[in-house]
Amino acid sequence: MSATDTPKRSMRTPLGRVRNLGAAHSGTSDFWRQRITGVAMTLLMIPVLVIIMMLLGRNQVGAAQILSSIPVAVILLLFILACAWHMKIGMQVVIEDYVHNEKLKLSAIMLNNFFSVAVALASTYAILKLSSGV
Amino acid sequence: MVEFALPKNSKITGGKTWPKPAGATELREFKVYRWNPDDGKNPSVDTYYVDTNDCGPMVLDGLIWIKNHIDPSLTFRRSCREGVCGSCAMNIDGQNTLACTRSMHDVKDGAVKINPLPHQPVVKDLVPDLTNFYAQYASIEPWLKTTSPTPQKEWRQSHEDREKLDGLYECILCACCSTSCPSYWWNSERYLGPAALLQANRWVSDSRDEATGERLDNLEDPFRLYRCHTIMNCAKACPKGLNPAEAIAELKLKMVERQI
Repeated sequence: MSATDTPKRSMRTPLGRVRNLGAAHSGTSDFWRQRITGVAMTLLMIPVLVIIMMLLGRNQVGAAQILSSIPVAVILLLFILACAWHMKIGMQVVIEDYVHNEKLKLSAIMLNNFFSVAVALASTYAILKLSSGV
Repeated sequence: MVEFALPKNSKITGGKTWPKPAGATELREFKVYRWNPDDGKNPSVDTYYVDTNDCGPMVLDGLIWIKNHIDPSLTFRRSCREGVCGSCAMNIDGQNTLACTRSMHDVKDGAVKINPLPHQPVVKDLVPDLTNFYAQYASIEPWLKTTSPTPQKEWRQSHEDREKLDGLYECILCACCSTSCPSYWWNSERYLGPAALLQANRWVSDSRDEATGERLDNLEDPFRLYRCHTIMNCAKACPKGLNPAEAIAELKLKMVERQI
């Protein structure tokens, strides 16, 4: 693209364009939560794999029996929480990177939030239901 | 969406092969990006043959030889020819570097392929428009900011504190790092890029500066700072051997430190 026909024809100064709306004074929380959930998932990976292997080949009654153990249910709930949160932040970063149309970006971020909450709640509900033996 | 393909008027088409210099015994082929804003044509890649017995060993020597002996219209920036000014930054054989410090003999296999720094508007041939890059540098306010009364002689700094600036102060703002960063390609209007952030860390790390918090406030933004995804192209590209990715990681650490 040549300097003379960039789409950014504006009378604004280059510094004005860079400063734009100013710093959002946010982003650190998401950055830190992404690390926390990443470490949490790494730590939970082995117990979760063990639980999944224990569940293999069992019917619903057998699964409910294993999930009725409080440590098992808590490990799975923590894993789901960490996964859903990590997924939500990670996907938001991807959307912010590549989707530049403001309306589309806001809609995609909204959908991403809905999806992550729905996945987290549905999974939590399933575990609670099985572990409570209802 | 992000533009993954080149715009129509930026697609490279054809190119001229210039005649080999008469009487030359050792030749090196140069394939150089050409674009002229005045002729309305798409960019092209011209082929030149440089008499390596008649010019210095660096890629910049080759370009200067082409300009003096074959094609005076070839346009590029250069000044110090010793890796200090950062003017001759360009993409040589697929890597952003300084033409004056890259030996043409280090470019293996065939032609020396030269393009302008990637993903920047081109002014002409190998000259990119770095207006946005310089404005981003200005936005981090690269000067000492103090509120204490100015000392009569100088702002003092211990040897230990001075050492903290090593690996930061050497940056020559050639833009090799920023223009090698995919995250900067996609979001250069909002992401400050590795060079400006390394410079920001240089001032944040300066023990004499009294505006550290204010500087961090100015950087704390999902786009200005947190578009860095630790891709590390910046560290690979830096012709001065600096590590902008590490400087950015230090900034992120300081952001977390002041919150927790």
